[in-house]
Amino acid sequence: MKVTVRLFAVAKDLAGFREREVDLPDSSTASDVLSVLDGLDPRLDEWRKVFRLAVNEEYVTPGHPLKEGDEVAVIPPVSGG
Amino acid sequence: MIELTSTPIRIEEVLESVRTPESGGIDLFVGTTRSQSNGRAVSTLEYEAYGPMALKIMERIAQEARDRWPLQKVSVVHRLGRVDVGEPSVVIAVSSAHRKEAFEACRFLIDRLKQDVPIWKREHFADGAVEWSGERRDRITAEKGER
Repeated sequence: MKVTVRLFAVAKDLAGFREREVDLPDSSTASDVLSVLDGLDPRLDEWRKVFRLAVNEEYVTPGHPLKEGDEVAVIPPVSGG
Repeated sequence: MIELTSTPIRIEEVLESVRTPESGGIDLFVGTTRSQSNGRAVSTLEYEAYGPMALKIMERIAQEARDRWPLQKVSVVHRLGRVDVGEPSVVIAVSSAHRKEAFEACRFLIDRLKQDVPIWKREHFADGAVEWSGERRDRITAEKGER
């Protein structure tokens, strides 16, 4: 199934891209999209431990099952305010 | 009034947006950008958001506040893009019949915003460094690991 992965802030800058469509096996879960970060900037190894995930603009747990067409966002620790 | 804006926030406008004849008080919180971050001089800041999700969560926490306290109106406005030091980055206004509820709800709103709303701050330091919030700590950890 195809899902869209969106990166923000430090995740986007270290990965070097903002958005990517990925093809995942049918039983994939939200945390499986983090594979798009594999082999990129090594600083992402520490950061990914603190990234949250959102599917279609709602926070989800890492085991949230994905479906075709989902938009999965990688959410670094927020720092608004 | 729940908004993200790339132009300076007009505090008076946010204040007026919650004024009602029934209000006994309006609590206004103005978050401003600091000139120092962990002892380092900051020259300017930038905010990035996951816009649609940020607005959705801002609406939700406003509703949570209305469910929890008897409020008249709630407004939350956050600035995006480049923000100079000392400018408002977030303005929250709450009106209620009584001050206690307005104070409590306003504090709840800023605390929840800082926990969950997908907005990120990037600091430009006077020494030329540009870092996302938390990035320096990450780099220190990485440097230690290399030794």
